[in-house]
Amino acid sequence: MKNKAEIYAGENLSDKNGVIIQKDPLIGSEVIIKKEKATEALLKVHDISLSFTQYTSGLRQTELKVISNLSIEAYSGEILAVVGSSGSGKSLLAHAILGILPPNAKLGGKIEYNGQKLTQIRKEELRGKEIALVPQSVNYLDPLMRISDQVIGDVEDEDEKLMKNLQRKIFQRYDLKPEVDRMFPHELSGGMARRVLVSTAVISSAKLIIADEPTPGLDEKTLNETLSYFEDMADNGCAVILITHDIEAALKISDKIAVFYAGTVLEVANARDFKNNGENLRHPYTMALWNALPQNGFQTIDGHQPMQDEVIDGCIFYQRCFQKTDICSKGIPPLKESNGGVVRCNNATYKEFLKKADEAPPVYNHKLENLSVLQESKEV
Amino acid sequence: MLLKGENISFGYKKNNWVLNDANISFKSGEVLGLIGDSGSGKSTLCKILSGYENNYQGNINIDGKEIPLKGYHPVQLVFQHPEKAVNPKWKMKDILNEGHNVSQDILDSFGIKENWLNRWPNELSGGELQRFALARALSPKTRFLIADEITTMVDAITQAQIWNTVLDIAEEQNIGVLVVSHEKKLIKQLCHDTLYLDDINNV
Repeated sequence: MKNKAEIYAGENLSDKNGVIIQKDPLIGSEVIIKKEKATEALLKVHDISLSFTQYTSGLRQTELKVISNLSIEAYSGEILAVVGSSGSGKSLLAHAILGILPPNAKLGGKIEYNGQKLTQIRKEELRGKEIALVPQSVNYLDPLMRISDQVIGDVEDEDEKLMKNLQRKIFQRYDLKPEVDRMFPHELSGGMARRVLVSTAVISSAKLIIADEPTPGLDEKTLNETLSYFEDMADNGCAVILITHDIEAALKISDKIAVFYAGTVLEVANARDFKNNGENLRHPYTMALWNALPQNGFQTIDGHQPMQDEVIDGCIFYQRCFQKTDICSKGIPPLKESNGGVVRCNNATYKEFLKKADEAPPVYNHKLENLSVLQESKEV
Repeated sequence: MLLKGENISFGYKKNNWVLNDANISFKSGEVLGLIGDSGSGKSTLCKILSGYENNYQGNINIDGKEIPLKGYHPVQLVFQHPEKAVNPKWKMKDILNEGHNVSQDILDSFGIKENWLNRWPNELSGGELQRFALARALSPKTRFLIADEITTMVDAITQAQIWNTVLDIAEEQNIGVLVVSHEKKLIKQLCHDTLYLDDINNV
């Protein structure tokens, strides 16, 4: 394995050469696209928290905290996958960026887009133009509106013809026949609906695309097709945030994977960290997710993601963790950089931990006990 | 016991068959996988086998005997979206015990906690709701379970937890399980045998 310095040197090199010239299928002329990571993130979400005010009984209110200390960054030309189970706050993050949270929500922390603070007014200006959402299902379309009309959206009369042409071109690119223009949502098959939803984002020439669970329930062919659309968008310079619970689908196309758990981010890994059986993964939860895939052993860990109203003092993953130590029960571990990613764990990376445990048994004795439990359960 | 669907044909519109002369059978204790593209009729077949859809041609029987129209249906279906399969205005304990009183053993094996029972469906996550849906479907009278994409909407860890529990209970109670999924890797992990809908359907 390369040491850290070598890996970084290699990255810098490819940054310099990362300019690709490609023919844009829509305009027909050649455009220069920077495929490699831009230096400045297009979207920066810094330490946000989100809570809902709820009435319990009578006029008594409580605050339900659903997101805390959450930070991610999305770069142009890259796909960031946000992976987590339901209730981990991944859709709420999308709603926070788009400014479509319900009135009883309280959002704290900082969101920056293109170097500027993203206020509610900015969100409303940008959404549907620079920031676009690819929703989960055909349920998000108006059932009584013809497909082409809703893809084009609300435009001035003089632009209508132009937009109609653009819409036709985009549909053609996605292999949607002219008769689809006049169809209603219920007439679309699953795959067609997916292409229509993707078109709504493409037509807005957005720079930031947020796709909320676009893949579940698709057969393999349609799944790969859908994923390739997002790959195309990133290749054309968009920043794509792919929200999904399907780590496998995410790995097929993403550059980075942010792992969400109970309203916070536990790890941001590079896609390559999952190679070689995930040996470079940093957080025990990511490792557990990886090992739970049917092809990776189908191993489970006990317990559940904590409920939103459960107050937890230490690390949010404490109860289910196999490498916890005493300090994990006190205070939330800080997010720290590790091997080109970030992790929220007191006990460094999984692999580093294993190594240390091997080398110095007396010091890590209490961890070794946990470890042997883990190994036993793996054998079962 | 053997659940058999013989020469099943079904269409939602006239002269537009979703299923044509399809045959399927599986026995108690067997875990059978069913794979097919979207729109190929998997879910329709599931609904017919479990008695939700009656307007079909062909014959469904268990050990050669027709399934009685009244009383507990021995073939239970669990859907992809549990939030659509529960009454949003009922508390979880009422939803759980609507059909029969679910035993504490089953609750424990699914890891359903006592304090979840007093919650409303919208206060639980999809994975937690799906555990309830399965717990109430796996009564002692259930002979066959049809799992139509039951873990498509949950994360990998929850998926593994749910399936390990379901297969344990199925083995214990000698229940036959039909696993419907797009995920070939999941089917390979779970099932003794796999059917491709295209092979048994003559549309």
